[in-house]
Amino acid sequence: MTQKNYRLQALRAAFPYTVPILTGFAFLGFAYGVYMNVMGFPFYYPFLMALIIFGGSLEFVAVTMLMAPFAPLASFLLALLIQARHLFYGLALFDTYRGLGWKRFFLIYGLCDETFSILFTAKRHLPEGVDRGWFMLWITWLDEGYWVFSALIGGLVGGMLPFDTTGLGFVMTAMFVVIFLEQWLNEKCHATALLGLVAAGGCLALFGADSFMIPAMVTILVVLILTRQSLAPQYMPAVSVLDDTAAADAGAETEQPAPSSGKGGASL
Amino acid sequence: MTDMPIYQQIITVLACSAATMLTRFLPFLVFSSKKPTPYLVRYLGNTLPAAIFGLLVIYCLKDVSWASPPHGAPELIAIAVTAVLHLWRRNMMLSMAVGTAIYMLLVQVVMN
Repeated sequence: MTQKNYRLQALRAAFPYTVPILTGFAFLGFAYGVYMNVMGFPFYYPFLMALIIFGGSLEFVAVTMLMAPFAPLASFLLALLIQARHLFYGLALFDTYRGLGWKRFFLIYGLCDETFSILFTAKRHLPEGVDRGWFMLWITWLDEGYWVFSALIGGLVGGMLPFDTTGLGFVMTAMFVVIFLEQWLNEKCHATALLGLVAAGGCLALFGADSFMIPAMVTILVVLILTRQSLAPQYMPAVSVLDDTAAADAGAETEQPAPSSGKGGASL
Repeated sequence: MTDMPIYQQIITVLACSAATMLTRFLPFLVFSSKKPTPYLVRYLGNTLPAAIFGLLVIYCLKDVSWASPPHGAPELIAIAVTAVLHLWRRNMMLSMAVGTAIYMLLVQVVMN
């Protein structure tokens, strides 16, 4: 088979897997583009930020960062916390991505929640006779393309909407409320969800809108670490910590809710 | 629009990108599939997400002025609608679209 053929074949095999993501990303990416436009940014901002950051919820938050006083360290820390869950995607796909050469870079760069959930589900039964590396790379690139392109369209169309767009920025709040609820519904124990609300609310009241985020993040981390004895049984999968092989798998296999995008693709 | 000079905007966006890439590349650089993931990393992985999304909900509300009219009523009403609709239908797009529309209606027409 020629070079070109097996790439094309992998693309044909990959596309159907990404259709649910297409719907979800078309909506959210578009909303993101419109949101940035309404906030007064030129159309290439959502496009470039989607391309450079490529992490949906963080991109929304980054708009707020751009409109607040310059605080690179706080921005970096908040971004780290928002994105921390990606650490577990890497762990789960560690062996899957082995030996793929240059493709690995792009696979890891574009590893968002939705791509992870497809690849993590598909890795056990890849389509027959399809180049594994290209199949996964196409899924990664297609998802990335859907998001970046939708953000661009949103940025272009945002200014032409035939109605008053005052208040459209609430779409970010609505998004986080929905993600928060999804998280809530998927957990038996709600202590850390409440901790997030209370720590942030308390620090906001104490430190004010421009400087509450770092104290809030520190409070959350410190409380989580101090209460780990009592919280761990509620949140950790029931495996022995001493059991090496089970523990290596646990982070990835049991705790990941695998967002299935489209309808429920909550945590982008 | 932002008042930030362009170089500060670039630094802010790059800080976000660097943090994202750090979380995506780090496992491939430091962890190993042979050794177990550190306990604290797994513990935070399970407990942190819910707290962070709670934090982000508050973050979205940080500029609401509770002391002056309408005392955050549009935000609270729209959040309640979004939440109830989402618990009822579990459809992310529907909940977000209706919640945002209600908020726009409230700030443009009802509470203006």
